[in-house]
Amino acid sequence: MRFVLAALPFLALIIGMFFANRTEPYVLGMPFIMFWTVLWVVLTSVIMFIVFKTDPANKEGNAE
Amino acid sequence: MNSALIVILAFLLISLYFGIRARQGKQMNLEQWTIGGRSFGTLFVFILSAGEIYTTFTFLGGSGWAYGKGGPALYILWYGSLAYALSYWLLPAVWRYAKKHQLLSQSDFFTKKYNSPALGVLVSIIGIVAMVPYLVLQLKGLGSIVNIASYGSISSGAAIWIGVIAVAVYTTISGVHGAAWTSVIKDTLVLLVVIFLGIYFPIHYFGGFSDMFHAIDQVKPGFLALPDQGMSVYWFISTVLLTALGFYTWPHTFGAILTAKNEKVFRRNAVVFPLYQLILLFVFFVGFAAILTVKPALEGAEVDNALLELSVQSFPHWFVGVIGAAGLLCALVPGSMLLMTSSTMISKNLYKVFKPSASDAQVSNLAKYLVPIVALISLYFTFKGGQTIVALLLMGYSMVTQFFPAIVFSFLKRNPITKVGAFAGIVVGELVVAYTTVTNQTVATLLPFMPQAVKDLNVGIVAMILNLIVTFVVSAFTKKKAAQKELVA
Repeated sequence: MRFVLAALPFLALIIGMFFANRTEPYVLGMPFIMFWTVLWVVLTSVIMFIVFKTDPANKEGNAE
Repeated sequence: MNSALIVILAFLLISLYFGIRARQGKQMNLEQWTIGGRSFGTLFVFILSAGEIYTTFTFLGGSGWAYGKGGPALYILWYGSLAYALSYWLLPAVWRYAKKHQLLSQSDFFTKKYNSPALGVLVSIIGIVAMVPYLVLQLKGLGSIVNIASYGSISSGAAIWIGVIAVAVYTTISGVHGAAWTSVIKDTLVLLVVIFLGIYFPIHYFGGFSDMFHAIDQVKPGFLALPDQGMSVYWFISTVLLTALGFYTWPHTFGAILTAKNEKVFRRNAVVFPLYQLILLFVFFVGFAAILTVKPALEGAEVDNALLELSVQSFPHWFVGVIGAAGLLCALVPGSMLLMTSSTMISKNLYKVFKPSASDAQVSNLAKYLVPIVALISLYFTFKGGQTIVALLLMGYSMVTQFFPAIVFSFLKRNPITKVGAFAGIVVGELVVAYTTVTNQTVATLLPFMPQAVKDLNVGIVAMILNLIVTFVVSAFTKKKAAQKELVA
């Protein structure tokens, strides 16, 4: 499950770029391809946060 | 002396002070000097890694790509995110293995994993051949940053000498602790400067982001997206994937992994790092803002000066000095890691292999004394390198990427790769990289009969595929032989 989540950014690149390679429409002032890129940078952080929270390896030894 | 130069010098002195002070209260054996005694927490590992990743190339090259190439520049944002997603699983595995076997460098890793000092020597030599030009690139960047930001009052050559002396001094004394502390100053300053510039320029010159992009699109239609040929979607995807593989195979990046005190550090950082990358978006904004505003337009290698030229054109001297200082620090931090890693590898993975009787103290001292020597060699190439160094620069990233299969497959339960296979695969990969770079080949020139989509693929793919084929064929063959021997015996 965690691997599936982490694979999403890769799919967003390998499949998504064929559709996202365009200037219009502008989103948040940015050309679409740039928005798509920024969106997935942010989503990668979100996904890795979910992965982190659900990974049992992080449960033990909270002490830094 | 103008106010810009005073600001730059002040930041240099502050960094030197923190860099030297970082040593305090530490027994500097090699483990402490080169990987901080495996004691760094999440924040320090984060700052050290950020310090290495965001170099003068990011600062100047990132804005230069946006200025000169437009849409394709976005690949830099993608490969980082993907590499961080991989890092969540890869880095803890590397760290665990290194901790268990008390490894200090990437070459140690190969030597131990494949039980082959010869492989360690090979990887060290390739690593050093890739790192020295990378250091030279940082020094050249440093020279032009300080030269432009000081309004020409200090020559590029003099700036490089001063910067190198400073970095060699604190690296020799404090090792990775010096790099980490200067990185704290660097990342704070760079973050503030870049975000400010990335917001200020589009608003000041165009009234907003949307207006800026519309204006560019009007003058250069299609410039903001990927072209149909050349740097097309196919080029984009293959380049991102290939670059993501090479992200952690640089010997100095690998070394930074070993500084962590536990493996959870990497899982935490894998969450934050993608977001932190957005700093690059602001670097791009600066590059885009420069397109219609810097007059006369920059050509050729000059495009990398887009950020600096626009700043000189827009701000008072003292603030240009702050930008120059940020750029200077972007060269010093990776510079110190490169110097330290090269020196450690020469001492521990080359000298010690050929002279096994050398004591730990001798190896440790030699590594430190090598710092100024490697620094001088880099200075020589910076001023006298010519074409060789340019070719090596282009190759550096592709060269270290060839380590990826041998690293990753070694973590499978049963490593399908033998030491001979790893050795042969890396050698073939490097030869292909060298051949394609020196003769300027692309997939289009190598395979002219292929469809356009294949022709646009990054040529590094060819080296990686041949590397994989040779690695697995040779491994299968040598494994069979080993099995036969066992049967006979």
